[in-house]
Amino acid sequence: MIPAAFEYHRPKDMAGVLAVLVEHGDEARVLAGGHSLIPMMKLRMADVPHLIDLQDVDGLSGITVDGGRVRIGAMTTQSDIIGHAALAEAAPIMREASLQIADPQVRYMGTVGGNVANGDPGNDMPGLMQCLDATFILVGPDGEREVQARDFYEAAYMTDREDDEVLLAVAFDAPSGGYAYEKQKRKIGDYATAAAAVLLEKNGDTCSAASIAMTNLSDTPVWSEAAGNALVGTSVDAAAIDAAVAAMLGDIDPTQDNRGPIEFKRHAAAMILRRAIARAWDRA
Amino acid sequence: MAKKMHIQMTVNGEEQEFLAEPRELLIHTLRERLNITGPHIGCETSHCGACTVTINGKSVKSCTMFVAQANGADVTTIEGLGSPDSLHVLQEAFKEHHGLQCGFCTPGMITRASKLLEEIPNPTEEEVRFGMAGNICRCTGYQNIVKSILAAAAEMSAAKEAAE
Ligand SMILES: Cc1cc2nc3c(=O)[nH]c(=O)nc-3n(C[C@H](O)[C@H](O)[C@H](O)COP(=O)(O)OP(=O)(O)OC[C@H]3O[C@@H](n4cnc5c(N)ncnc54)[C@H](O)[C@@H]3O)c2cc1C
Ligand code: FES
Ligand code: FES
Repeated sequence: MIPAAFEYHRPKDMAGVLAVLVEHGDEARVLAGGHSLIPMMKLRMADVPHLIDLQDVDGLSGITVDGGRVRIGAMTTQSDIIGHAALAEAAPIMREASLQIADPQVRYMGTVGGNVANGDPGNDMPGLMQCLDATFILVGPDGEREVQARDFYEAAYMTDREDDEVLLAVAFDAPSGGYAYEKQKRKIGDYATAAAAVLLEKNGDTCSAASIAMTNLSDTPVWSEAAGNALVGTSVDAAAIDAAVAAMLGDIDPTQDNRGPIEFKRHAAAMILRRAIARAWDRA
Repeated sequence: MAKKMHIQMTVNGEEQEFLAEPRELLIHTLRERLNITGPHIGCETSHCGACTVTINGKSVKSCTMFVAQANGADVTTIEGLGSPDSLHVLQEAFKEHHGLQCGFCTPGMITRASKLLEEIPNPTEEEVRFGMAGNICRCTGYQNIVKSILAAAAEMSAAKEAAE
């Protein structure tokens, strides 16, 4: 399993990265942890004549929690997220989800930037970022710009990012209330058959805000506004949960593959969402 | 043929320098170029963990890293942990508790376990199972692997306490 030959670049700063991207256009691609890109290159499903390793670029990794705002640099790994105490305090759903991604070896290498920029519907971070209403910060030859996670994904492996842009960081407001990341997978280390990210706020006995996003049930992550709305103003009783699940099922569009037929995936999605809502409400 | 690059890395404490194509996978560098055949190729698709080595303090599947990425890195393989005359505590424990049958997965298992015990010196059984989830074994059913790692952890802690 040897990939096609490529030229390897390891710039020390973002100017160096952008220079290679501008010079080579879609012949160039950045490499973060490599745990999505290298398997694709080995299978020769991705051909990258110019590979730009980001490991030496300063300022791309690190987590800051400032007031209620969380910022996570693109090169921060899943294992960094799991080990970060202030993040676990501010946004425990990040840790809960990261622990369910892949296996320990992959989590040492896999980065937030690679996970959200990849555009693979199987990745867990994109749905989570939509649930959190995160902002992605990109940089290109014309400077920085921001785009909302909920507007970023267009189709499988197609995102709003231009070929000459690099993701710098993701940022979001630390959520309050209850949270849950639930994932159904065939075995540990597998991508989701279905996964749900849920954030719920509680005011007295009533749900005052809800955000629900689903993973690997469409060619993009699915933030189901209707599912969240079905819970707001209710006491998250059985009828409200049924309504939320029905609304979610109206928004997803799974396809049949080696994780199962469509009906099974819809069943798994419903189960996972029920569990996630119950756990998030319990914690709210 | 693609352009070769100059690579320098430390493997098991020894400086290595050579020319290689950047696309060479680190597992091939270790096994075929440096003759360090402890790390095995089980799947070559990032799933089995037989190729696990420690790179700059991280457990990494060396079939999923280009040699170019490891330029300048500090690499430890099973050969760097113990030797036939002086086994590592984990190697001794695997031997004692039947932590292996065919032994194909063992170098990856032990290399990963050594890092796990560095991070969590006194793990619970659950922490061992979770921390070893990136390593697949086709023979043992895992029970004795877990037992071996827990035994090694107990021994290492006892030795540390005795030293203090
Ligand atoms: C066995 C195995 C199991 C896995 N299971 C899961 C799982 O359950 N859930 C899950 O979510 N993931 C899973 N993964 C994927 C893993 O989390 C990846 O590491 C992650 O998706 C990509 O991160 P990376 O840093 O490795 O990115 P890379 O592989 O380096 O890059 C991926 C893509 O993103 C682009 N990219 C990377 N960084 C940037 C940036 N800063 N700006 C712009 N573009 C960028 C690259 O050009 C490339 O196209 C698994 C991987 C393996 C090998
Ligand atoms: S050979 Fe590398 S993970 Fe199996
Ligand atoms: S002992 Fe045979 S694969 Fe583990």
